[in-house]
Amino acid sequence: MAAREVARTPENKVYSKPRLLTDAVMHFCPGCSHGTIHKLIAEVIDEMGMEHEAIGISPVGCGVLAYDYIDIDWVEAAHGRAAAVGTAIKRLNPSKLVFTYQGDGDLAAIGTGETIHACNRGENITIIYINNAIYGMTGGQMAPTTLLGQRTATTPQGRDAAQHGYPFKVGDMLAQLDGVCYVTRQSVHTPASVRRAKKALRKAFENSMQQKGLSFVEFVSTCSSGWKMTPVEANRWLADQMLPVYPLGDIKG
Amino acid sequence: MEEIRLMKGNEVIAEAAVRCGCDGYFGYPITPQSEILETLSAMRPWETTGMVVVQAESEVAAINMAYGGASCGKRVMVSSSSPGISLMCEGLSYLAGAELPCLVVNVSRGGPGLGTIQPSQADYFQAVKGGGHGDYHLIVLAPSSVQEMYDFVAWGFDLAFRYRNPVMILSDGVIGQMMEKVVLTAPQARWSDEQIAEMWGSWAVTGKPASRSRNIITSVELDPLRQERFNHKLTEKYRTICEREARCEMVGCEDADYVIVAYGSSARISQKVVELAAEEGVKVGLLRPITLYPFPEREIERLSHRVKGFLSVEMSMGQMIEDVKLASRCRVSVHHFGRTGGVIHTPTEVYEALKSNFLQK
Repeated sequence: MAAREVARTPENKVYSKPRLLTDAVMHFCPGCSHGTIHKLIAEVIDEMGMEHEAIGISPVGCGVLAYDYIDIDWVEAAHGRAAAVGTAIKRLNPSKLVFTYQGDGDLAAIGTGETIHACNRGENITIIYINNAIYGMTGGQMAPTTLLGQRTATTPQGRDAAQHGYPFKVGDMLAQLDGVCYVTRQSVHTPASVRRAKKALRKAFENSMQQKGLSFVEFVSTCSSGWKMTPVEANRWLADQMLPVYPLGDIKG
Repeated sequence: MEEIRLMKGNEVIAEAAVRCGCDGYFGYPITPQSEILETLSAMRPWETTGMVVVQAESEVAAINMAYGGASCGKRVMVSSSSPGISLMCEGLSYLAGAELPCLVVNVSRGGPGLGTIQPSQADYFQAVKGGGHGDYHLIVLAPSSVQEMYDFVAWGFDLAFRYRNPVMILSDGVIGQMMEKVVLTAPQARWSDEQIAEMWGSWAVTGKPASRSRNIITSVELDPLRQERFNHKLTEKYRTICEREARCEMVGCEDADYVIVAYGSSARISQKVVELAAEEGVKVGLLRPITLYPFPEREIERLSHRVKGFLSVEMSMGQMIEDVKLASRCRVSVHHFGRTGGVIHTPTEVYEALKSNFLQK
């Protein structure tokens, strides 16, 4: 009845924490997508051998402390300004891998100007965009991406198009710009989607290193605390409610 | 090899940046400083020194580009005029909070609001007292000639890196637009990442080499006790700056009965007032603050024991006068005179104001 013993040897190892993830305890809530996306970034940078070349720019929002979790050089930007910060870092250091990590409040509200113009200039950076349809850090207010009818702290009756406008499809808009070489919308709510997202991230980073223009990787993400759901409910709500509005797949390139 | 040219103040800022090995300039058009961006665009330094020049989509973007460049330890510069500087104030607070070196040039104009495009000195409070949020100071330099516009660029970068703090050149539309003779110094090479680390420490974000742990440039601190400690550290730095870096020029102050305190173009105008007064046998001196922060308090304090009064001459409704009163401990009368809104006072107006405030009572 003894189970077959499996030797703990390197060739038998199927998984370990990515080398570039630090041991810091993440502040993210259970069921949040940020942790998985951080893991993918750490894996892709390591697999590309870019540990010493990578410079990340973290946002204001739940992603602000990304620099505590991924073991590369980081700059923390003012709210919404990451794409402007990244513009200068890449222009002054063309051989580096420069990426921003921004939520939908940071990028799609206060930072739309900087985002659109960095995209339009075709800066050779990657923008990683976490779209969870809500302001997470400040306690669950409406974001530009909030779905119609979605209840938040500032839309207690649900988002009403007449008063609040419509869910902002940033990727579709940016795909129109000549400076943008790659726009993709991914998620990490299933194992298969995690695998696809990782490939997309690698493609974006490779574009940046090959000076192809700006790459934009959107992650349709969960915010179980902001949505007031369990992690399982949040994953289901993402699939049922968010993906029809924000369908997955490549939008450009 | 030195070179002598006749140049505009704004053009000289661009020339000085390239010659002192500036790495990046981020600008946005606004009168009366657009020649800085235009001159750099014509000089095409990206083809010679490799200096990056970007016309940003806004002043907000420009200052945040500077924040990015400064994070990499690069010598970066932005320029604007009053309304644009207001937009940059968020970024200035972040630069100070992240302890980043950066050179900011304000060729100021009349306000508030969109105001006028003519010269003004009404941004003194904004430059010297804050502008952005939080406990911070800029180091503020006040050129009064085209030559000083040139010299203060290299000096500003030196101070910015020495103290890891943003430095502002507070100029105005007169100095930016006027032409004067300027002596240009020999071009200096840009610094490499290695030179930056050797000279100023290896705090910059360059992509983490195997030889060090990761560098993080940030101004966020969630623990209030640690934020308080950091604020004390910043204040200690500002105290050092005040002790070491205050500069002023004094003309005829030794035996003066009255001293005009004026900076920038107001100081140029006030030089003439000293001559007008001398012709009538009135002993008037001029104290010209070259640094506005730190303010030359010691010299004013020293004079306050002896002189009969100070006249703060500024193209504003009276801002620097508060610092003159503080520095002089209000031992003697301190009055203000200045035209504002883009109007430039004449030497006669200043002299009449001096007489009406001090001599005809």
